[in-house]
Formats: sequence, C-alpha cells, structure tokens
Amino acid sequence: MKQFISFVKKEFHHIWRDQRTLFILLGMPIVQIIIFGFALTNEVKNSQIAVLDQSNDIYTQTIRSELNASRYFDIAADLHSYKDIEAAFKKGRIKLVVVFPENFAADLEHFNTAQIQLVADASDPNVASTLTNYATAIIMDYQDRITNNRKLPYTIHTEMRMLYNPQLKGAYSFVPGVMAMVLMLVCTLMTAITIVREKELGTMEIMLVSPMQPLKIVIAKAVPYLLLSVVNISSILLLSVFVLDVPINGSLLLLLSESILFTLTCLAFGLLISTKTGSQQTAMFIALTGMFLPTVMLSGFMFPIENMPWPLRMISNIVPAKWFYFIVKEVMIKGVGLAAVWKETLILTGMLVFLLALSIKNFKIRLA
Amino acid sequence: MRTLRFLLQKEFRQVFRDPAILRMIFMMPAIQLLVLPWAADYEIKNIQLSVVDHDHSQYSRQLTNKITASGYFQLQDYSDSYTKAMHLVEKDEADLVLEIPADFEKKLVKENESTVFMAVNAINGVKANLGAAYLRSIVQDYNREVRLKWIQLPRFSPELQIAVTSSNWFNPSMNYKLFMVPGILVVLVTMVGSFLTSLNIVREKEIGTIEQINVTPVKKYHFILGKLIPFWVLGLLILTIGLGISWAAYGIVPLGSFWVIYVFSAVYLLAVLGLGLLISTYTGTQQQAMLLSFFMMMVFILLSGLYTSIDSMPGWAKAITSANPVTYFIDVMRMVVLKGSGFNDISRHILVMLGFAVGLNAWAVINYRKRS
Repeated sequence: MKQFISFVKKEFHHIWRDQRTLFILLGMPIVQIIIFGFALTNEVKNSQIAVLDQSNDIYTQTIRSELNASRYFDIAADLHSYKDIEAAFKKGRIKLVVVFPENFAADLEHFNTAQIQLVADASDPNVASTLTNYATAIIMDYQDRITNNRKLPYTIHTEMRMLYNPQLKGAYSFVPGVMAMVLMLVCTLMTAITIVREKELGTMEIMLVSPMQPLKIVIAKAVPYLLLSVVNISSILLLSVFVLDVPINGSLLLLLSESILFTLTCLAFGLLISTKTGSQQTAMFIALTGMFLPTVMLSGFMFPIENMPWPLRMISNIVPAKWFYFIVKEVMIKGVGLAAVWKETLILTGMLVFLLALSIKNFKIRLA
Repeated sequence: MRTLRFLLQKEFRQVFRDPAILRMIFMMPAIQLLVLPWAADYEIKNIQLSVVDHDHSQYSRQLTNKITASGYFQLQDYSDSYTKAMHLVEKDEADLVLEIPADFEKKLVKENESTVFMAVNAINGVKANLGAAYLRSIVQDYNREVRLKWIQLPRFSPELQIAVTSSNWFNPSMNYKLFMVPGILVVLVTMVGSFLTSLNIVREKEIGTIEQINVTPVKKYHFILGKLIPFWVLGLLILTIGLGISWAAYGIVPLGSFWVIYVFSAVYLLAVLGLGLLISTYTGTQQQAMLLSFFMMMVFILLSGLYTSIDSMPGWAKAITSANPVTYFIDVMRMVVLKGSGFNDISRHILVMLGFAVGLNAWAVINYRKRS
C-alpha cells in the first residue's frame, strides 16, 4: 500500500510540474462553458438583410423600419435592381433580401392586395427558413395593424408552453454534453497518453522491474486523473448553477456518482488504448477517432440522434457518452431519481466491466 | 538549396514510413466526410408527437391527420389523457404534446374562435423552436381550409392583404448536407495541418533528434521550410481527397472555380502550418502540443460559424471570430461551393489570410531557437 501511494505521488508530481498541461486541463471546461453558454445560440438575431424597394412609398418605408427595429434584422444595404441581389449574396454578408414591387402603395390602396417577395440565401437552410418566417410574421403584424385588428372569422388560436426550459436556453442541453466531453478528454486521452509516453521514452521498463505489481502501476497512473475529473465536474456544475442559472433539479449525490461511474468507464477505455499502442501519436489518433469524435457526434448533445440514419443510430448505442448524456439530462434538468435511469446506469456499468476486463486481459508485463 | 532538398527527402520519408500518419491522412477524411454530414443534420424531421384529443370530433381528427401527413411528425400516441402524454415527455418518447380541448369544434363553429394547446419539450432549444413553428404553421394551414369551407371569399378581397412570397436561392431543396460538407472539409484540412506540424516538431524535441539537427550547419529557415513544405503538400492532398469524396458521396461539385478554392487553400495552409509551428515552439512534449492544439482547435471550430450563425453571437465572440482563420476559410468554401463566388468576392478574405500567414510564421520563426 505504501508503495502504491508513493507511485500515486509520483504521478501527481508529473501532472503538477507540467503546469501548462494542468492549466489547459482545468481551464478547458471553463472556456467551453463560457463559449457554449454565451457565444453559441441557435437563435437567429441581428441578421443582415437588404431591401430592394422599387416603390418607395409610405407603406414600404414603414415595413422597412419595422423590420429594422426588430432584433432579428439589421438592414445593411439598399439594392437598386434585381441583378444586385445575386452580387450581394455572393459577397456573403446578406442573408435575406426583401423585394417591394413597383406601385406597392397603389396596388394596396386600389386592389386591396400587394405582393412582397422574400429572397433568402438558403446556403444555411435553417437560418433561411427561420428568417423567412420572422419576416413574414412582422409583415403580417403590420397588415393586422392597418386593418385595425379586425378579427377574421373561424380562427384557431394556438397556445404554447415550453416545458423544462421556458427561455429556450441552449445551456440545458450542452452542460451535460460539456461534462461528457471534458471527462472523456481528461480520462481517456490523457491516461492513454501518459502510459504510452512511458513506453515511448523507455521509463516503463524501469517501473516494470520494480517490485510493484504491474497492474498497480497502471492504476496509480489513473488515480490523479480521476481526482482531476472530480475537480472538473465540480467546476462545471458550479459554473452552470451560478453563471448560467441551470438548476440541479435532481439529487446531487446521484449526479456525482453517475459522473464517477462514467469517469471510470473513460479511464478503462484509456487503459485499453494504452495496452494496444506503442506511440503517443497512435494513441492520440485512436482516442480522438475512437472516443472523442463519437462523443461529440453521436451522444446527442450537438446533433439530434433521431435524425440520423439507422446505422449511426445503432452505433450510437455503444457510445458510453450517449448514456451518460441521457442520465445527466434526466437527473439534472428533469429531476428524476435512480428509478428512472437504472437501465442506463446498468448499461454504463456493463460497459465499464467489459472495458476493464478487456484491458486487464490485454495488459502485458513483458516488453515487446 | 541542396540542404533543403535533403531535408525534404528526410521529412517525406518520415511521413510515409509512419503508419499512424498515413492512417490519419487517409482515414480522417473518409470518416469525417462520410459520417459527420449524416450526424450533423440539423434538418428537423421525425418529431415525436403525442396528441391529447378531448374532443373526438371530425375536426380534431382532420387536424391530427393533417399533421401526421406533413412528414415532419410521427404520431407517438393518441389518447385523451394529458397526464399520460406528459409521462411520455418525461421518458423522452414525445417531444411535443398537442392538446385539443373538449369543445374545440363546437366553439370554432359557434363562437368563431377556438384554441388548441401545445406543450413542447424545450430541453433541445432548436428542435423545440422549429417543431413548434412547423406545428403552428400546419394548424394555420388547416385553419385556412376550414375558413374556405365556411365562407366563399370574393374575388377582390374586401380586406387589405399583403401577400408574401418567398424563394430560396443557392440551395432550393434546402439540403443541409450542401451546407455542412464544405465546412467539414475546412475542419479536416485545419486539423491535419496544425496537429501534424506541431506534433512532428515536438516529437523531434522529445525524442532528442532535434539536437542532431541543431548541431549541423542546417539554417533555421532550412529547417522550418523543410518542415512546412511536406505538410503543405499533404494539406492540399487531403483537400483534393476531400473534394473527391464529397463529389462521390454527395454529388457536391463547387459552383465556382477550383482555382479559387486552391489558391485560397494554399494561403490558408500557410497560416495553419504557421500556427502549428508556433504551438511547437511553445511546448516541449507531444502531450502538451496535442492538448494545446486540441484546445485551440476546439475554440476555433466552435467560434467559426460552422454550426451556429456568427451574426447572433455577442460582441466579444464576434471579435474572436474575426481573429480566427477558420472563419474565413469556411466562409470562402461555402461561398465558392454554393454560390460560385469568384476572386473579386473573396478578395478581402485572401488579404486577411495573407496577413495571418505572414504574422503567424514570423512569430513562430522569431520564437524558434536553435539552442535549447
């Protein structure tokens, strides 16, 4: 036991004395939370649009200023002919062009009907359809106002309630995702690399000839990363509660123990990678493509899993982060207890046992 | 010149004899381009809907049929218990609940108006937003049909009406992959460029072979050029492979000219390689270099407008995006591939990128020391 503790101490010194790495490892979750929390929104606002006003009358001017006043649009340019539209789009800034035909006011006053054309740059389909929807809604509002809010007959109203996340904050779905990503990085990538590094530099040989059991050497390597992960989990949770106002609705104890379960799974995977590889670059490559990309892509936190074709949906089931993401979302935001997530917990535990067994089986005492 | 040639020979040999790097060069493009666009599909479809129908009238059934026929929604459950529907939401089996009140049809016909209720699982904001918008527009469509049945509209509308028509340019079929693939291509080239350069140089430091080079008469610029040129060539090779895959797998052929893409990429790669070089001068071990490049790539990619629109970011984030080379390349890629922009349209981008290339490389060269 004393030997084991001194090995753990050695590993701590490794991490402690490489302050640049430590700084990044501890800073990463903070930067991610800030970027995801404040910079990335799927909301569309301040989009630059252009107006092609061939009529230039009191109506078009009012609609123009209504559009400009909304927080969704900034009118960035005035165009003068249809040809300008393509040129404006090709320059890249303008996302939508509002076209008023000639005689807009006259049509509206004499025939009671006039046309507005919205031309969207649909390179980004979602932004295009959102902008078109918003612009249409603003124009319709204006129309209602000039017809004095006369109610149309046979109207179906819709009333909407946003459950769990009334302000549609992105934080609710990304906080669990950032947790999964950071734990994966610290545990899988870093563990795999530190072990392989000792192999690459030849110091593994020195440790293998020591009286310490080989398996314990490797476990001693994992302990500091487990602790680092606990620090990261706490900083993510603190930031999300106090900076992003994302509440922890479920039991904190359950959340922490599930996180530790996931951390252990990641560590086991890191061990497995280290038993299979001899160079740091290969280890990194496997950790990135085998663990990190699937976590980002297939855990459901960046991209909705239901949208994916079935082969990807099948693969997503073997990604531990998917289950962890689900559990954290349920426990943290919906506030459910263990009874609702026992199945997912069991799956994660199964994965942990499987990965551990596999890496112990592959662990070689002898040098190649 | 001769020195440089020998150095290049050495570097190319090193690259082509390292299975890890070769795997990275050929597998990364394949995995990223063949898998990522399928996963990164923000097109919202298959929204799980649970209908709570207290009315059981002809109208409520018509409305339900219309919604399920739209193709966006999958009817998960049709019941008359709100608690049951909420239970489905809790289990994540339903995203949206549409509740039709008991006197829906009667009220609509007799009192001229009626209300339906929607409850949206809003944990995933995008899905909630778009799903609710789709559902609302279907209800409005249905509303129009009902109105047409009850009142004959005269040919000249007595009420003032502004008709809004819309058209979508450059991507009329609203194909999300057309938008994502060029962006993913950029990420690919960037990752390979910066990761490989920084790791390669730091590896020589860590293993100690850099000492051997430092004691030879090889000049500083020889060494750096010898490192940069192979990865510059590799970057362009990967771009070509990537363009090939996106043509073969998705049928994406750039609308603009290949010249524009390659000229810009050539400049861009210089900037990215400079970044890799810079990282390597600040780090001593592969672990540090990897972590630092990873960290920077993450910030650059998230704040590049690849997934979310830059316009809606706050001021400080916008400032970072304009100091981020990845932003410019993604912009250029999308403009050239989707809209066919030419050199005139991207002249500003090229100038900025030249600035990045010169600045980053100069910084790296100044910072590189032959002494340890």
